[in-house]
Amino acid sequence: MTSEVKGRFGRFGGQFVPETLMTALQELDEAYDKVKNDETFQEELRYYLKNYVGRETPLYFAERLTKECDGAKIYLKREDLNHTGAHKINNALGQALLAKRMGKKKIVAETGAGQHGVATATACALLNLECIVYMGAEDVKRQALNVFRMELLGTKVVAVDKGSATLKDAVNEALRHWVTNIEDTHYILGSAMGPHPFPTIVRDFQRVIGDETRAQILEIENHLPDAVVACIGGGSNSIGMFYPFVEDKEVALYGVEAAGKGIETGKHAAAIYGGQTGVLHGAFMYLLQDENGFVQEAHSISAGLDYPGVGPEHCHLHEIGRATYGNVTDEEALEGLKLLCRTEGILPALESAHAVYFAANLAKTMSPNDILVICLSGRGDKDVHTISEALGGNLG
Amino acid sequence: MSQLKDAILSVTARGDKAFIPYIMAGDGGLEKLKPTILKLQQLGVAAIEVGIPFTDPVADGPTIERAGERALANGTTLRKVVETLTSFADELTVPLVAMTYLNPILAYGVEQFAADAKGAGIRGLIIPDMPLEESETVQPALSDAGISLVQLVSLTSTPERMERLTKASEGFIYAVTVNGITGARSSFANELEEHFKRIQSYTDTPVLAGFGISTPHHVTDFSSFCSGVVVGSKIVDSLVNEDWAAIEELVSASKVAAVK
Repeated sequence: MTSEVKGRFGRFGGQFVPETLMTALQELDEAYDKVKNDETFQEELRYYLKNYVGRETPLYFAERLTKECDGAKIYLKREDLNHTGAHKINNALGQALLAKRMGKKKIVAETGAGQHGVATATACALLNLECIVYMGAEDVKRQALNVFRMELLGTKVVAVDKGSATLKDAVNEALRHWVTNIEDTHYILGSAMGPHPFPTIVRDFQRVIGDETRAQILEIENHLPDAVVACIGGGSNSIGMFYPFVEDKEVALYGVEAAGKGIETGKHAAAIYGGQTGVLHGAFMYLLQDENGFVQEAHSISAGLDYPGVGPEHCHLHEIGRATYGNVTDEEALEGLKLLCRTEGILPALESAHAVYFAANLAKTMSPNDILVICLSGRGDKDVHTISEALGGNLG
Repeated sequence: MSQLKDAILSVTARGDKAFIPYIMAGDGGLEKLKPTILKLQQLGVAAIEVGIPFTDPVADGPTIERAGERALANGTTLRKVVETLTSFADELTVPLVAMTYLNPILAYGVEQFAADAKGAGIRGLIIPDMPLEESETVQPALSDAGISLVQLVSLTSTPERMERLTKASEGFIYAVTVNGITGARSSFANELEEHFKRIQSYTDTPVLAGFGISTPHHVTDFSSFCSGVVVGSKIVDSLVNEDWAAIEELVSASKVAAVK
């Protein structure tokens, strides 16, 4: 369904990077092809995912939320229960193990909300790798807790004050760092974006979410879900959740982009809905840009969705109509967050709250026999200051 | 075939080395573009590389990145640069080489850009985030307009790749002298001479060194084993400081070097 010829998903993807990176990307491609089918590597990864990360994560029937919405049966895939609090560890650990196999002793990564940074810092501490994380200066402010955690884990955090000082600028700096230190450093890209082979590698390390969900729902309900909902920044938790269901035509796939202050205000991060095709960070994808091809700042209350592009495989799934992409504003996401707190006693990450809000509305349009799964990609502890501020409190 | 290649070869045929300064269009205002280019042309440069600012210049170091930010703040766009260049294209005696990231070209429209660029005196194009593998989208339109697509060859390129890039490169071969981004550096690897010899063995297209060349001494050193140099960050800095003496010194090093 999604072709991977030359790292393309339909017409999206590719390798739009400086020549200095091409050899490293080809090396990575070859190294990854090797470990993909290497049982000892996969065994090692499974060992850590089970004993260290705490997989498999539960697929939890959200009974009170279901009642409240009065529609489809809602299940939550509890990625928030992973070690470090989000799905990001699945990929960070996989790539850190891959880096070790490649003989690279240093790691560079970017982070938005800080979840990928924390996950990478954690994997590096575990596997004794030196780690440097670039983070937008705005995000360093918004996510002070995660900065502190990374530093405790022995990682050097570098604040990037260029451009919009958010995730895209952190990616720029991480790429520059990688170009300059190509010989001993691996770049652990945190989302299903960037140049080939990253979108494929990240998806493969995240597909454990969808693989588990598929087996769990068949075990519980003896039926595939009718709908699956996940939030999208770059698109790693969503592609991990979607991928094992792509061939199951009866499963509707919904990605939820961040509409920020509202699409009409221009202050949003909905690249598929509100962007045009273009090239950034190595990939041809939907991109927020002006008529001159300059990349525009994304806006979202959630730092993890605050990215002007979207992973190429999502662009393809959108173009062929296999997945549907909606969007949810900051305000609506906060409603979703409160709803889940109130009905289920779960504080979701602001990112995941976008999926919760969208799914709650979707469930209302479905029948009680239908099954809907939400990918609860992370927990909200990191966001309490932002949430408090947005709700008029003064924790921050 | 390639006007850019011919221009460089005519310089090296005289016994000089080709000197290509890089300037950031719109740094200090677009009204500076014409006088700067005409003055550089007078100094006897082989061609002029005109940088187009971009919001996410991942291949550039701090000096050019900041110049790009200043240019963006002035409202500089690819379209405005092309218009400005077109307005004095008939006064140009050297070819211009545009350096722009891919997305502004895609937004402009590849065919339209190629046609307009030709009228603006642009004879070569460098797209730092578009490796050879991805060049099909722009190559046909550029060929039609007689614009040479210059390939970068890096120290990390494998021998097989190096050969492919070298043979595909039009106008000249831009040999990157360091692993990394643009910017001034103090030392260069000794293996560079071998590296350049290997690149030149694949082709008769001139090989120019770039990235990190910032002193007349660098210019002399590199010129001893290639056809010339591209100097970026140092020129950008000198233009900001209006230090034309420094620029003249760099350019004349390319001539002194050739005499040796």
